[in-house]
Amino acid sequence: MRKTVLNEVHKALGARMVEFAGYEMPVEYSGITSEHNAVRSDVGIFDVSHMGEFYVEGENAVKYLQRITSNNIEKIKIGKAQYNLMLNERGGVIDDLLVYRLKESRFLLVVNASNRQKDFDWCQSKLIPGVNLSDKSDDISLLAVQGPKALSLLQRLTKSDLSKVPFYSFIHSDFAGVENVLLSNTGYTGSGGFEIYCSNSDCEAIWRALIGEGEEFGLVPAGLGARDTLRLEKGLCLHGNDLDETTTPIEAGLSFAVKIDEGNDFIGKKIVVKQKKEGVKRRLRGFAMQERGIPRKGYEILNSNGDVIGTVTSGSVSPGLNKGIGMGYIKNEDAYLESEIFIRIRKRLVSAIIVKTPFV
Amino acid sequence: MNLPENLKYSKDHEWVTLEGNIATIGITDFAQSELGDIVFVEIETEDEELEKDEVFGTVEAVKTVSDLYMPLSGKVIEVNENLESQPDLVNKEPYEGGWMIKVELKDKSEVEALLSAAEYKKLTTEE
Repeated sequence: MRKTVLNEVHKALGARMVEFAGYEMPVEYSGITSEHNAVRSDVGIFDVSHMGEFYVEGENAVKYLQRITSNNIEKIKIGKAQYNLMLNERGGVIDDLLVYRLKESRFLLVVNASNRQKDFDWCQSKLIPGVNLSDKSDDISLLAVQGPKALSLLQRLTKSDLSKVPFYSFIHSDFAGVENVLLSNTGYTGSGGFEIYCSNSDCEAIWRALIGEGEEFGLVPAGLGARDTLRLEKGLCLHGNDLDETTTPIEAGLSFAVKIDEGNDFIGKKIVVKQKKEGVKRRLRGFAMQERGIPRKGYEILNSNGDVIGTVTSGSVSPGLNKGIGMGYIKNEDAYLESEIFIRIRKRLVSAIIVKTPFV
Repeated sequence: MNLPENLKYSKDHEWVTLEGNIATIGITDFAQSELGDIVFVEIETEDEELEKDEVFGTVEAVKTVSDLYMPLSGKVIEVNENLESQPDLVNKEPYEGGWMIKVELKDKSEVEALLSAAEYKKLTTEE
């Protein structure tokens, strides 16, 4: 099993460790609910160094990325990040990713840990002359500092003015005594904050500086468990659950990351254009339980006639709402907001209602 | 890990205490800490006669759902109603306020197959 450079630090903090995407990762320290609440009210720090980082550069980098991703690469200014999707020929989602434009012809792609090798193989198979692709995941660590107090905490450790770094922008800056750290105003919690990309050798010093400075801000280390409940409450998709190679961005409600009118001819475009024009047979919807019960991935979704109309792709208890919430693909004709649906939880059918996301 | 000496334990991480023919059953400190924050305890087997190893309920943590198994055969005569509003009692006091069911035993000799605290501890450290 792979380890991040902070493995021993997590264990010393008493984290419960689990295997995730081939890494031994902390799932929780003090408890998922308290970590979740700390991120919503104050600030939390996550080690997400298992994420994959690829560099794409060269004279044809833009042309190449336009081909393998669905969003419009040309629209990204230097210093900005973009949410993007890699699609297969059937319009299915190979992965969702962030694309950072570092220079005119140099990009950083951040992909899901579980898909790293698959993504790299795919990217490599689509390579064109004039593009250099490299996987630097094993050299780069990633810390996410998330929550309403993240900015004030981070500001203590850098000379750069972080209030001048807008959402989905980044800078290279000194941080905690380390030169040239990538500070990105992005995250996966919906509570604001930054993601910090650094070399493995600097990661522990940065972590310790944040923990030391973080005490007065109520900073807590948070694990993958809280990361999942935080993203689900905000209706953010998780690849492998809510997205996979059989689901399309149109079904998933991710049309904003698919630019079909801007001249970029990406893989999977044909299907996506067709679905946009003709509609889809199922849609990803959020739902909230009306009775006690917690939906889980794989549970059946039924309508009031008792017909199976879909499957749960993510589910949990929402610490913010204190009830079960979930997402799942539901047949188009049954996917109206405010409709009552039923989730089969063991032997029972439990009432739920289709709601808008984010949930909180 | 807290493992009171006066309790009996099952391999499925339940604890048992006996008063005459009535067993009180809950899950161990080890089990609650492995599950994490417990958000829902569902037991709908009150008044049912269940065999040893049958499922008597389900416990849901934020990330996981686990079945609860009868460590002994008998009739479920009482369910801890406090767990409906305070499921976290199972985390906070697994051996006191977090008890789950009381069972009228069918065959008291089954108790002999349960584990002592020391035997149970050995099981958890091997896992």
